[in-house]
Amino acid sequence: MALITVGPFNRVEGDLEVRLEIADGQVTQAWANAPLYRGFEQILQGKDPRDALVLTPRLCGICSVSQSMAAAYALADAQNLHMPPNGELTTNLMLAAENLADHLTHFYLFFMPDFARAVYAAEPWYGPAAARFRANTGTAAREWPPARAQFLHLMGLLAGKWPHSLSLQPGGSARPVQAQERLRLLAILGAFRRFLETRTFGDTLDAIVALDSGAALERWAAARPPHSSDFGHFLHCSRQLGLDRLGRATDRFMSFGNYLIGARRLLRYGLWDQGPRHLDLATITEDLSHSRMLGGEAPLHPSQGVTLPDLDRPDGYTWCKAPRLDGQVVEVGALARQMVDGHPLIRDLVAHSGGNVQNRVIARLLETARVTLAMDDWIRHLVPGEPFCNHGELPDEAAGAGLVEAARGSLGHWLRVRKGRIHGYQIIAPTTWNFSPRDRGNIPGALEQALVGAPVRPEERTPISVQHIVRSFDPCMVCTVH
Amino acid sequence: MRSNTHVFPVYSRSVTDNTHPMRNPDTNPMTPELVVLWLQSGGCGGCTLSLLGAESPDLTATLGGAGIRLLWHPSFSEASGEEVLELLDGAISGTRAFDVLCIEGAMLRGPRGTGRFHVLAGSDRPLIDWVRQLAARARYTVAVGTCAAFGGVTAAGTNPTDACGLQYEGARPGGLLGTDYRAGSGLPVINVAGCPTHPNWVTETLMALALDGLTADDLDAYRRPRMYADHLVHHGCTRNEFYEYKASARRHSDLGCMMEHLGCLGTQAHGDCNTRLWNGQGSCTRGGYACINCTAPEFEEPGHAFADTPSIAGIPIGLPTDMPKAWFVALASLSKAATPERLRRNAVTDHLAVPPAVRGTKPR
Repeated sequence: MALITVGPFNRVEGDLEVRLEIADGQVTQAWANAPLYRGFEQILQGKDPRDALVLTPRLCGICSVSQSMAAAYALADAQNLHMPPNGELTTNLMLAAENLADHLTHFYLFFMPDFARAVYAAEPWYGPAAARFRANTGTAAREWPPARAQFLHLMGLLAGKWPHSLSLQPGGSARPVQAQERLRLLAILGAFRRFLETRTFGDTLDAIVALDSGAALERWAAARPPHSSDFGHFLHCSRQLGLDRLGRATDRFMSFGNYLIGARRLLRYGLWDQGPRHLDLATITEDLSHSRMLGGEAPLHPSQGVTLPDLDRPDGYTWCKAPRLDGQVVEVGALARQMVDGHPLIRDLVAHSGGNVQNRVIARLLETARVTLAMDDWIRHLVPGEPFCNHGELPDEAAGAGLVEAARGSLGHWLRVRKGRIHGYQIIAPTTWNFSPRDRGNIPGALEQALVGAPVRPEERTPISVQHIVRSFDPCMVCTVH
Repeated sequence: MRSNTHVFPVYSRSVTDNTHPMRNPDTNPMTPELVVLWLQSGGCGGCTLSLLGAESPDLTATLGGAGIRLLWHPSFSEASGEEVLELLDGAISGTRAFDVLCIEGAMLRGPRGTGRFHVLAGSDRPLIDWVRQLAARARYTVAVGTCAAFGGVTAAGTNPTDACGLQYEGARPGGLLGTDYRAGSGLPVINVAGCPTHPNWVTETLMALALDGLTADDLDAYRRPRMYADHLVHHGCTRNEFYEYKASARRHSDLGCMMEHLGCLGTQAHGDCNTRLWNGQGSCTRGGYACINCTAPEFEEPGHAFADTPSIAGIPIGLPTDMPKAWFVALASLSKAATPERLRRNAVTDHLAVPPAVRGTKPR
């Protein structure tokens, strides 16, 4: 049996360390350590509540708009303010643009370059995969950044700049859209769709979204040369490597739902645990037993939570707290969202092999196709000249919660206002859920479970299987701890 | 920017490893290489994500064309785990040569001076220790973003992590490396400040280092490259007609000038945001919200809510740069008296309620 410490993981957002116990060529136990603490929940205390709109996006440079959205929703909730239809549409567009840019960044920049590593050089699929996906010098590395950058012109128009925008306000958007700008948005989205349909999928978005089972996906892949699209290329490598047998966690999936329009959400809110379940947010707690945090004996709901770092806490091995839903570990992310929402392809894949590396990546690409189609609809529904932003007044004593789905999963902000100032501000980010440490029952978090059973080759100090599993979650470590 | 004499050596002393698997084919073989090592600490990674959006040309073409190679970057490079630690050890010992150390994110000195609010994964050593040793080897040290330059948002509020910049603590010189620190070229830390930085503030600074070098005269009083810092955000703001007449927005989504009521500091903020533009054709003010002066030290603590403009008797406390107060007050009153109806009404609506008049073609 060996104990190794793996890090730094790069091609994740922020810094990450993982300790592994290895026996008989596989991981038997894992501990996830978020080694960076900045203290936003402490920084926010005492401030004007509106300052949360400026400060919380700086939690994260890759999910900045998601943080803004959660803060705006929390402030709106605290004053019972609702957005006008144009405001809902433009804020959804900003959130979707960020989420999709993140899905692309994850696939091309963070995840796929591992297939070009020298450890795979002898594999029959290696040549084309390395040529396409190698970091910096692969052919994909020239094509996708300009497509993403051009897509983010949507953000430049709607949000001023990305990351870190203040266009997102509790009552809607500070940036009204004029008639000619609405047409520009359609043009920008159309070009992005063209890139996806040409290079990423090699097929129309409608065809991808219509895939309704694992068998249908296999027929789709078999009907075309494996390298004719980046999605197909991934499926080919994944099949060869057995990535559907790698990285299974709890198979308990949560989603706060996303893209609110009036009373409906594009993606449903809920919980999946061997079937659809009721999601009760009142049962969320953060356990501090294995975190470097001062804490009382009982885990608290974030509406009462406190953050006091304690470097010397004996059992603490990470700055990350352990969020639990009704005492249980859940996984969040695109896979969770699509499961809860009930997309037939994802339901079928998970029914066959659970939540694993392959299915996490497939879910992100599927969601990219689904949401791009929805964005087109939202832009068409914009009405220039109608209001984009409602206004309200925050009471001196108030509380609110802002729930949103960032690219990586469920994000929540819980705000308490006293005497007109922030009395408490607690954040639970998606990776806080996914990369949580053990709780007081010694139950490991999602990643810690997913790593168990990962094969380790002799002499490997940064096992490639572990890298695939970690990156399949697309952790955002700066959000995780904040 | 440059005088006729080349003050600093143009050619890199880095060894070009022909067998290195990451050799960038975009690099012009005739251009000497500038090798960049990039680390992240107490920040959000937003400056890197902004950099990824570099356009016309994209990041790979921009860097490659200038002979700039990334030895390692946490988001862009293949190397992970022990490969990185070996590389960093080599950079410190001199076996892995590099020219530029880029640091993104604030330097976390706490708790209690230990630096252990950020321990580099896999190493059990605080990031600030790695930075001190690498900065001692660098020919140029660049702070990317306001966090790395001055402390930034990470140093806001009670600054629970004792965060600071590489060579500044807020507006005070010192920071992690101290006032006496100079990189191998003789320059202090170059502060490419911004929250986030515009991609081309970073690429053009690196290009300048690769092609002509930079002198202390190329940096302003806060050691920000004057190429972008010698401009005000006010230059090129699309709301300047409203500004002229002090036709002011009152609430978010109003079209008017945001200086009077919504906290805009564009008339004081150093940056070329409204001429260079972001993500196509955007900027903060074009996005409908105040400039919060994010290239400045201590912007994160303005002393009031960001969305407010503190004022006395209706006169904003922070005046436009270089403008004498008495003249500002006089001009402002005159402007307000002369405000055309179109501007007065459009300033407080969210769409063009009154379009500009169409005049006849004959001169009056």
